[in-house]
Amino acid sequence: MAVDSSIIEAVPISRAIAQRHPAANILRTVLFRIGSAIFVLWGAVTITFIVLTILPGDRATILLNITSGQTIARTLEELAPINAMYGFDQPILTQYIHYVGALLQGDLGTSFELQRSVANIIGEQIAPTFTLAASALLLAWIFAVPWTLFTAGRGRRIGAFGSATETIMAGLPQYWIGILLLIIFAIGLRWFPVIGGTSFMNTVLPTVTLAIPLAGFLGQSIRSEFDRTMREPFVLSARARGMSGAGVRARHVLRHALIPGITLSGWAIGHLLSGTVLVETVFARPGLGAILVNAVSNKDFALVSGCVILNSFLYVVINLVLDTIYLVVDPRLRGAA
Amino acid sequence: MSEVAKDVRSSSSSNPLLTAIVTVPSSIVLSALVVLFFLIAAIVPSVLSTHSAFDTDLLSSLTPPAADHWLGTDEIGRDLYSRIVWGTRGSLLIGLGAMAVALAGATVLGFTAALAPRWVAEPVNRILEILLAFPTLLLALLFVALLGPSATSLLISVGLGTTPGYARLIRAQTLKVKQSGYVEAARALGHSWQTVFIQHIAPNAFRPLVGLVALGIGQSVVWASGLSFLGLGVAPPSPEWGALLEAGKANITVAWWLEIFPGLAIVLVALSFTQIGQYIQDLAEGNTR
Amino acid sequence: MTTESETSIPIIDKPAAGKKLLEVRGLNIWFTGQNGERKHVVRGVDLELRAGQCIALVGESGSGKSVTARSLVGLVGDNAIISADTLALEGETLLGRPDSWWRRVRGARIGFILQDALVSLDPLRPVGKEIDEALWLHAWGTSHTRREKVLQTLTQVGVPEPELRARQRPGELSGGLRQRALIASAIALHPDIVIADEPTTALDVTVQAQVLSVLKQMLGRGTSVILISHDLAVVAKLADVILVMQGGEIVEAGPSGQVLGEPQHPYTQQLIDAIPSEHTKGSRLSARGGVFTHQLFAPPSKPFSGNESPLLEARNVVKSFRGPDGVRRTVVKSVSFTLGRGETLGIVGESGSGKSTLARIALSLEKPDSGEVRFLGEAWSNATSAEQLKIRRSIAVVYQDPLSSFDPRWRVSRILTDAIALGDPKHARRARERAAELLETVGLTAAHLDQWPLRMSGGQRQRVAIARAIATNPEVIVLDEAVSALDVSVQAQILDLLSDLQTQLGISYLFISHDLGVIHHMSDRVLVMQNGVAVEQGNADEVFYSPCHSYTQKLLESLPRLEYARLRLAASSR
Repeated sequence: MAVDSSIIEAVPISRAIAQRHPAANILRTVLFRIGSAIFVLWGAVTITFIVLTILPGDRATILLNITSGQTIARTLEELAPINAMYGFDQPILTQYIHYVGALLQGDLGTSFELQRSVANIIGEQIAPTFTLAASALLLAWIFAVPWTLFTAGRGRRIGAFGSATETIMAGLPQYWIGILLLIIFAIGLRWFPVIGGTSFMNTVLPTVTLAIPLAGFLGQSIRSEFDRTMREPFVLSARARGMSGAGVRARHVLRHALIPGITLSGWAIGHLLSGTVLVETVFARPGLGAILVNAVSNKDFALVSGCVILNSFLYVVINLVLDTIYLVVDPRLRGAA
Repeated sequence: MSEVAKDVRSSSSSNPLLTAIVTVPSSIVLSALVVLFFLIAAIVPSVLSTHSAFDTDLLSSLTPPAADHWLGTDEIGRDLYSRIVWGTRGSLLIGLGAMAVALAGATVLGFTAALAPRWVAEPVNRILEILLAFPTLLLALLFVALLGPSATSLLISVGLGTTPGYARLIRAQTLKVKQSGYVEAARALGHSWQTVFIQHIAPNAFRPLVGLVALGIGQSVVWASGLSFLGLGVAPPSPEWGALLEAGKANITVAWWLEIFPGLAIVLVALSFTQIGQYIQDLAEGNTR
Repeated sequence: MTTESETSIPIIDKPAAGKKLLEVRGLNIWFTGQNGERKHVVRGVDLELRAGQCIALVGESGSGKSVTARSLVGLVGDNAIISADTLALEGETLLGRPDSWWRRVRGARIGFILQDALVSLDPLRPVGKEIDEALWLHAWGTSHTRREKVLQTLTQVGVPEPELRARQRPGELSGGLRQRALIASAIALHPDIVIADEPTTALDVTVQAQVLSVLKQMLGRGTSVILISHDLAVVAKLADVILVMQGGEIVEAGPSGQVLGEPQHPYTQQLIDAIPSEHTKGSRLSARGGVFTHQLFAPPSKPFSGNESPLLEARNVVKSFRGPDGVRRTVVKSVSFTLGRGETLGIVGESGSGKSTLARIALSLEKPDSGEVRFLGEAWSNATSAEQLKIRRSIAVVYQDPLSSFDPRWRVSRILTDAIALGDPKHARRARERAAELLETVGLTAAHLDQWPLRMSGGQRQRVAIARAIATNPEVIVLDEAVSALDVSVQAQILDLLSDLQTQLGISYLFISHDLGVIHHMSDRVLVMQNGVAVEQGNADEVFYSPCHSYTQKLLESLPRLEYARLRLAASSR
């Protein structure tokens, strides 16, 4: 071929580097992300510590009142042993260092009310909550993907219908969806048990409850990206190659449209875990939600901060995993840190 | 080639905002009516209520929706419809207050993160990033735990809980304006930074906030009622909507209306405000491209 | 003209002209709008394509050329209504065919190439997969034979190291390679007909030359090509027959030599005249006369008349940026230039050459890492921001996209009065009056004062941007690709306007463009940039007629020129 190939290869330098050391680049990207994840986690721990330590409310008084079931002011003599035992009388910085040190060893402290290790309490209750959040995320994806695939980019009317449905779904409060489902399917139709538990039948309605608004959010973001991608020239290229409309949607457009959905899933995990609080209350389902609500109303700060830190830990870790998935789905990101 | 000929046609075109207002979609009209209804209920509840919200009538306790009691009664015979109407003021005020708290915080944080010199903006940015790792509900619960359950603490907690999300939105919007072509053009023209900020950055960055306010009220009502429903907000004798939900929990197996209708009020308010908020945002966007 | 074309579809006297592949007669296309209103976008188009032939549809944006092309592969869109007396591919009608029938035609019998492969190939997939997909869709071969075929096709379009390139995504390939990969995906099955819709638009001139040579080779192998382009010079390189479209109609059709050499229709003539090049220097490009009538502008003040320092002087300017990968790259490498009063310095280069960064440094919107820019001998790029404010109004700018440089909340009047008040506070009182004068100066009218820029045409917006630029009585205007987004006839008007303003106001231009023709037309002196280096600098004619640097030579060789126009002009000037 006599074409002047000498001219062509003026590849931008960064690309050239990325091509030569793809593995090194990915490694650097991943290390960078782990670094920022650790930073966010440290920040979350610190903020929780500051909020619960420095802001009003004498912890020793609260502790004594919780354990004795009273709400009275305490004298200094009564408080002194408590303060000494929990180290509340030490400088804030010392407390902070102890707190972080204990956290690093997996010690989340001792519950004020139950006088048991927070880690143990959470450990006992996390399984049903996590099952619920994970199955809700899965179900939301199962709702959202076919829904957008069938309603996006198929003319204005179908699209408007699809997006209106998503807006309503996304706008419904989880607790009200739960109540509605409970009244219709458990109390009215008796398909599902009314009394809470963690069996499969007990998990169906709570999962649907959490999945509906999330599916709405997912659908909205997938749809807008789907519509945008459908207008890209490469879609026309694929059609001009002889591909069917359905083929283009499934093989080209969908992959692009899923990218914002993945981002949203990372955000959703944190919200799902806290959203279970409401849903567990509606369905009287055991789990972290009940524990947390109880801890908040009793001012059991140790348990509250344990739950908060656990939530942000999961949030950060899952987002880290998703970022890595990103690198697989969107190879364009591999070059950039 | 016929550039001059073209403008004869378009020169009569007026403000695109005005043109858009004439063609308001029906969903927005409907939302506006819903909002209007609840605004009247909040300001002069007696106009809309059929019964007293607090008088008990043990003879007609737990009656299902009927001609006399449109939405039924509760376990001590109070008319649910009237209770919802009377509860509107409290619910909306908490929503409004929470939104005000959130927007005030978010505006300061968002603007600082976008416009302040690097040594200020960068730490603020980091803090925002950390706060975003806390889901709204969890952050609100954290503050409720500190402040104890009450209407005021509910308002503050929901406000602070929703602040980081809005702050990020405002930051993104402000950055977009700051990096826009017209800001650079104004600088190149010879305007000082202060003038550019007052003439271009502030008004263009503030514009989408109008939509955000409407969106925020709806969301705040949802969050606040959710906390009351958990028993961590306004307590039951009050007709605040979340409190109504909590009170109805005990009778859910026999009196479905006590849970469905207060929830429906929350849903209607949330959806209407969201619709209107998004519409306003789209208008602003469309005008800004 | 139309009546004539009904009877005489251009008969090609080319001996190689083979059998009739495509026949289109009386093609009409309407688009249905949101409210059911119809827009007639293609009106009574006739065309004919024979084996081995290249026909070109030429026209400006909105002329209906792309829609016509897409109707030939059945991809006009769901909201289109198509009617035609004849629309046939080798005798088979294309009207009313189901999608399943079209799918067998697309890719196999008609290949379709769109512009820039960066967006016309799926950015998430390796290019080899895209080519393989074309084969797979038509059930061609096994996965093993397909792989062979992909490599073979890539080799055919001149892609070196096809095994490596097939595994790369469009973003990882250089402009020329990915454009060839796009062509490969369209011709993998050897379709008899290839439709190329603006195949070189938005490409650098050297890449454009490569693409044209690949298309030329395809023609040489007997493939028929329909070329859609706004660029007459590109078309002149390939087409046997040219059809000129305007407002959905074909206004002129004929063998390319005839259409370009002796255009019959005034619009064709106008298009040819509008192309700026070395031959148009000093002449007007558009038919519209100069509109400049006001003597409102004080002649440029010359407080430094005794001083010989140039208006703008850049000395060894260096600028580097940290890329998203954390690597610091120098985009401007020790560039120096001077700009004298009333002079135009053209800065030309391909994308990524650093010319726009240089423009931003000249405007002091970016601070150089080292070196400096001085204005009338005073510190400018390295001055304090307070000192810079004083100089800023003497150096104005016009961008490629004027719309984004206007605050969306402002009407034309506010845009101009804002600049007027800044330029000279004593004008502030009668600012609106002066704004109207400015508009007339740039060829608009006072009626435009209350318009929203969003509602104006591209040319009108650019005129407003120019009005704003001259509102502060600047001595220098930096024009950063200011005419690149405009259709050629609008571009011609804007270039004429700029020349008029320079003559009357004595303004100096720093004219930045990738378009060699525009640069040569406008510039007194030229600076050629490549990868941040000023490889050549000097008098425009000297640089263009006897380039010293190999890169300049290569650029000029790659540039398609309108030879016919040159001949015609040469003849008329004799």
